[in-house]
Amino acid sequence: MGAFGYVAPTSVDDVVSVLGQFAARGERAQVLAGGTDLLVQLRGLDRAARTIVDIKKVAETSRLAIGANEVFIGAAIPSAALNEHDELVALLPGLLEAADLIGSTQIQGRATLGGNLCNASPAGDTIPAMIATGAVCVIAGAKGQRELPVEQFVVGVGKNALQPGEFLVGLKIPRPAGRTADAYLRFIPRTEMDIAVAGCGVSVSLDKSGRCTAARVAIGAVAPTALLVPAAAEALVGSTLDDDALAAAGAACSAAASPITDKRGTVEYRRKVVGVLCRRAAAIARDRALARQA
Amino acid sequence: MSKIQVTTSVNGEEVEFLCEAQQTLLDVLRETLGRTGTKEGCATGDCGACSVLVDDRLICACLMLAVEAGGHEITTIEGIATDEGLHPIQQKFLEHAALQCGICTPGLIVATKSLLDRHPNPDETTIRYWLAGNLCRCTGYDKIVRAVQDVARDLAHPA
Repeated sequence: MGAFGYVAPTSVDDVVSVLGQFAARGERAQVLAGGTDLLVQLRGLDRAARTIVDIKKVAETSRLAIGANEVFIGAAIPSAALNEHDELVALLPGLLEAADLIGSTQIQGRATLGGNLCNASPAGDTIPAMIATGAVCVIAGAKGQRELPVEQFVVGVGKNALQPGEFLVGLKIPRPAGRTADAYLRFIPRTEMDIAVAGCGVSVSLDKSGRCTAARVAIGAVAPTALLVPAAAEALVGSTLDDDALAAAGAACSAAASPITDKRGTVEYRRKVVGVLCRRAAAIARDRALARQA
Repeated sequence: MSKIQVTTSVNGEEVEFLCEAQQTLLDVLRETLGRTGTKEGCATGDCGACSVLVDDRLICACLMLAVEAGGHEITTIEGIATDEGLHPIQQKFLEHAALQCGICTPGLIVATKSLLDRHPNPDETTIRYWLAGNLCRCTGYDKIVRAVQDVARDLAHPA
């Protein structure tokens, strides 16, 4: 067993170069952003030596930019900083409420959207919320940058689509235009400091009359990965997001779920609750969208 | 094993130390720098006993590598009181008996400082959510919340 190492490259290219060198040598390197999952792993089941590659000194991973068509959120920005950004919270309230649900004030001082995504927990709260917004991962590697929709990034429990030598630089999110808004809800048995039993993120776009023209619905903690549920979106599009449409979307979420039974809930319970969360989150997103200028 | 040299600021004082890559800020504060006011409870970010401020942001020192401290400003419980005496938060914790065994107290004081710096006039819900990451197994929290409300009133309306 070798010794632990620490490097903190200052550019995207340098991170890629460092990761590439370790990958080529068959040595272990692990990217560090906020560290709220990584440092717990170091104390727990996975104590093997490795080189930790801190990406927080790379300007791009801390960049937050709200453009005319797109929002860029660097992978290493702590969620507390995101939730202090009033314009971002107003634009993407669902994504930011998902970030605000994770852990304590202390955890939010370090934890990042990029880390929550890369950690690839089935119950990661921000993942369905990101999928609902249409977020796309910006991934850097030896061949340059590539983009991958968030719903394709997590490939299994604790597994993501990053290849050796690659890292997540940030997220590109289409700027919600006109009457478009998102919402995220999760269920836990207490008021906070727990992991989702089920979660659902919804984004809807409405026309002037309040009819739904586009929707994205994603569910979390009810399958090995967060899932985009196109059937739920189809149930919403064309409707005024009335009770019947919401019920149909909820039923589609329940049908798409393939949960497990564990101490937090049974298969049957999770299936039912994810449908309820979908209905409620879609109603919140609708009301937020109606409050926006057409 | 080669050690890494780190220069940082702890409670306004420039500090240099050597550490290993996997050592946490909490390890170095307590064992290398002798600042044992910051407590270790769970060492996994659940209990808040090791709460410190890094560039005025509240974090768990057990969830930050010591090498990451380079170039940042760390505030620990030892930096809360002044030469003149206790900080008003500390004084109110004493007056309200908002502690028993005391292990959680440094973390709660630092977390309260961070709360009042950002929300000078917090309601009870804000206080309880902000401090939800600081576990106390003695007090039942009520006296802590009363102490925080009292100090917030005093700081908003100095006598």
